[in-house]
Amino acid sequence: MNGRIEKRIELKAPVSRVWHALTDCREFGQWFRVKLEGPFVPGQVSRGHITYPGYEHLKWEAVVQKMEPERLFSFTWHPYAIDPKKDYSKETPTLVEFRLEKTAGGTLLLLTESGFDKIPSDRRAEAFRMNDGGWTEQMKNIEKHVGQTP
Amino acid sequence: MSDKRLNSIAAKQRRALVFAALGDGTRLALVAKLCGGEPHSISRLTEGSKLTRQAITKHLRVLESVGIVRCVRSGRESRFEFDPQPMEGIEEYLKFVSEQWDEALARLKSFVED
Repeated sequence: MNGRIEKRIELKAPVSRVWHALTDCREFGQWFRVKLEGPFVPGQVSRGHITYPGYEHLKWEAVVQKMEPERLFSFTWHPYAIDPKKDYSKETPTLVEFRLEKTAGGTLLLLTESGFDKIPSDRRAEAFRMNDGGWTEQMKNIEKHVGQTP
Repeated sequence: MSDKRLNSIAAKQRRALVFAALGDGTRLALVAKLCGGEPHSISRLTEGSKLTRQAITKHLRVLESVGIVRCVRSGRESRFEFDPQPMEGIEEYLKFVSEQWDEALARLKSFVED
């Protein structure tokens, strides 16, 4: 697996439509479920917060790398940095790349995320907590429900 | 039967055991206290409770037996911590991130194809 994720997906929409959905911050926010503070600009930090139900307290932060119109959009980020109290800035970020290719039926989107070999092992445990229905969140709900005293 | 199917049955059985262990007000409250991530001593977990240390310990052992709480020794004291079963390897982590992308790309697909 060498620390890399690759996806290909055929989209029945023109390249220009897909490009807009990827790089317009409002459109990106709608499908990615994040509310961004401003437009994507290469070399600049993009900030916002997650709108995915249950994770609204989490910040979104990425550094836009490349924007080659209708070809390549890329950013670096700290994937699923889910602990709002923790400073992830010292960790090596992963690189997310969206590549577009025109096809007969529309657009081929190639997504890669690379650099996972540098992710510290404790982060994997965090991701698991999130994956498993968000244990910590659920437990907070339970805590409210049953009261704190055994 | 495939390995995948067997795994899923085992996972379901394990989950059933976890829910059984949590099907008790005292144990739920103990987990709620521990899920912040910090290990707590038995004394601390007994604080403010009408139950004895022994009773609290018994409940902690039930949680330990299903693998959601772990006992760590520090000196003479036993402390208990929440154990969300951390992933063993990078493959599991990648699988998780990969699934998140599948979902995000599916949302993108319906977004642009509408």
